[in-house]
Amino acid sequence: MLEKVLFLLCLTPALAQEPCFPGSSHAYKVRISIKTALGNQAYVWNDNEMYLFRAAMAFALRSYHNGQEFNVSNIMVCNETPRVSFWFVVSSPENSSVLLKKGDVENAIRKSRNRINGAFLLTDQTLEFIDIPPTLAAPVMPVTPPWLIVFGVVMGAVGAGIIFLLVSSLVQSKRKKNKKTLDEDREDMRGIENGLGCDNLGGVYNTTFSDGDKFTPM
Amino acid sequence: MRLLLPNPGLDDRIHSYEDLERMDKEEAEDRPKWDNKAQYILTCVGFCIGIGNVWRFPYLCQSHGGGAFLIPYLILLVLEGMPLLLMEFAIGQRLRKGSVGVWRAINPYLTGIGIASMLVSLLIGLYYNTLIAWIMWYLFNSFQDPLPWTQCPLNENRTGYVPECQQSSTVDYYFYRVTLNTSASITDSGGLHWPVVVCLLAAWTVIGICYIRGISTSGKAVYVTALLPYVVLAIFLIRGLTLKGAMTGVKFLFTPNVDELMNPTTWLDAGAQVFYAFSLAWGGLISFSSYNPVHNNCKQDAIILSAVTGFTSIYAATVTYTIIGFRATEKYEQCISENIRTLLNAFGVPENSITTSNYDEAFLHLNSSHPDTILGLDIKICDMHKLLSEGVEGTGLAFIVFTEAITKMPGSPAWAVLFFVMLLCLGLSTLFGNIEGVVVPLKDLGVFPKKWPQEALTGVTCVVAFIFTLLFAQHSGLYWLTLFDNFAGSVPLLSIGFFEMIAVVYIYGVDRFNEDIKFMIGHKPNIFWQASWRIISPLIILIILVFYLVTQTQQQLTYLVWDPDSEEFPTLASIPYPPWINAVIFLLAGIPSLAMPLYALCRLIFVSCKKKR
Repeated sequence: MLEKVLFLLCLTPALAQEPCFPGSSHAYKVRISIKTALGNQAYVWNDNEMYLFRAAMAFALRSYHNGQEFNVSNIMVCNETPRVSFWFVVSSPENSSVLLKKGDVENAIRKSRNRINGAFLLTDQTLEFIDIPPTLAAPVMPVTPPWLIVFGVVMGAVGAGIIFLLVSSLVQSKRKKNKKTLDEDREDMRGIENGLGCDNLGGVYNTTFSDGDKFTPM
Repeated sequence: MRLLLPNPGLDDRIHSYEDLERMDKEEAEDRPKWDNKAQYILTCVGFCIGIGNVWRFPYLCQSHGGGAFLIPYLILLVLEGMPLLLMEFAIGQRLRKGSVGVWRAINPYLTGIGIASMLVSLLIGLYYNTLIAWIMWYLFNSFQDPLPWTQCPLNENRTGYVPECQQSSTVDYYFYRVTLNTSASITDSGGLHWPVVVCLLAAWTVIGICYIRGISTSGKAVYVTALLPYVVLAIFLIRGLTLKGAMTGVKFLFTPNVDELMNPTTWLDAGAQVFYAFSLAWGGLISFSSYNPVHNNCKQDAIILSAVTGFTSIYAATVTYTIIGFRATEKYEQCISENIRTLLNAFGVPENSITTSNYDEAFLHLNSSHPDTILGLDIKICDMHKLLSEGVEGTGLAFIVFTEAITKMPGSPAWAVLFFVMLLCLGLSTLFGNIEGVVVPLKDLGVFPKKWPQEALTGVTCVVAFIFTLLFAQHSGLYWLTLFDNFAGSVPLLSIGFFEMIAVVYIYGVDRFNEDIKFMIGHKPNIFWQASWRIISPLIILIILVFYLVTQTQQQLTYLVWDPDSEEFPTLASIPYPPWINAVIFLLAGIPSLAMPLYALCRLIFVSCKKKR
């Protein structure tokens, strides 16, 4: 009996240490780039920050799996490097020897990604979960394409200009025609003095000087 | 040289000096006239300064020895550009006709030169206006923040970007896919891409309205289109010089490499560039100067225009290279940061242990201690020289390099709007001369009925040209445009220029020409002009033409395509043209070049047939 208890006592720490190792089928790698994100206002990564990370993970898992009460102790971290990168695994709250599948962890992280980023003042690019691609924001597209508006303005201006020029040239040519007919009338009027036309003077038409050639040509 | 071909009946076809004096005094001509000298100079400056000054000259300058390239450029500008320029100005001012009318007056057999000029102007105008349409598309899209070419569309499950965009870049994707929807080869036409059709419509209507009454409307438009580019270039110069890395670009541009002067291609490219820069042989300059008063000092105009063109080329090159230097510096720093990140992640060292300042030592240290890891990491080599030389010519410069650089400047929509407005003005002012070189010869040839007003001529020309340019609105339009650019705007211009010189010097008679200039401006042109007209300029053009033909026929015809499926993607793949392209090239380059001899031959046959009857 004592041996069994001793055996179990030895096994549990072994089990507790064994699940988190790089490349494990249940583990995720995290890479944090604080200085890239915050520059001069970067904070130092220490154990307190790590505790916050584990708490944030627990929060994400709690939000995703409604009902299951994940604790900080369910998040195990290993292989921390000065780069600030590490691996973590998640164990189930009911049975600490059972590790959560990658898919569940991924979905939980995806759902609360913004909250996790916010807790550390980082972004998707500076708080990286390797193998979890960030859901990208859709490109900004305004409701009415702006180019259509500008195009409409330009074409409207050009169209108005064309109509204006055509109408003005028509008006000008009409004015020229009127001026021409006015000049022609004035020429006709030269034969009418005092309002009387030559024809109305009551003369006799002198056929000697007419153009019509009544005589046979030579 | 007293060589002069017999030219009977010349005096009957041209105005005599008395006629000219009379027309000048009474202003009895029914040709349009310039409102003032400034309008004429601005129109010519606008015509000569085009988009090519911004995107062709800087590339040539940098690739042919930097500052040293200015030596052949300026020498050939004086020996080749100025004499041809004065010749076109003087002949137009003296004979007071458009390009077809002038050559027909000199000798009816030479009308082919005018027809060739018209064809070349038409072909160039078609693809030039397509460039304007693309510029307009970018301009219309610049009025938003963030600019549309900064974003990639997402793929279906929103975890990444569309692969085409991911592998190349947002600006590449925007140009090749969103704007043009380029197909993978010239044979794959793929139908019309409607944004381009809409922008072509806009471009042709804008040109139509600016030129609707001939130079009386376009002459007003040039006050804006010719002057605004200088203002915008100045703004960009100031902005560019304050950007990080600008001086790297300018130094790269002007670092002289005197060895390049020994290379004959340098001189050839300089000569060809001078020729195109002055818009010679398009016919527009002859038309423009025919609207001048008879005693206008055309020699002074030629010298002023040459100086302005030379200065503007260098000015635009400087501005361009400040922006290119800035972009290259940004990309270089980004490359180094990427490499630092890769190293940090792989070796798990704290973040600030490798910075840009100690990158080289850190890399060497790590490479010596862990060479295998380094090999597996795929560290990119950041080459500043390569970054400065890539994509700096043609459409690639304006739509890819420059747009990318603009996105990195604060307040990018404003800079984008300014840049594209400048390109639009540069292009429009060149197009005025172009359309002049098409409409006036058509009128002289009697293609249009005489009763039609100028508005109808412009309108019909623009509508017909719009229908032709729908060729470039296809998915393969980019490749057609490059084809036109390479063939319609090279050999034909050189051959027309050569024939022009021969016609004026040896058929019209250089002595008569000298007398004309003496009549117009008061003194004969000096020995420099005489020597260049008779021998130097024709010889230079002939040499360039022969070398061009020799090199072109020796190369296998290939072109660059945007093919997402090719191995070299995102670099443009080089594939050979299909065999039927030779027929198209013959139409583009051969017909205008041969128009003069063909027309002379046809006329000879026609006249001899008539005489027999």
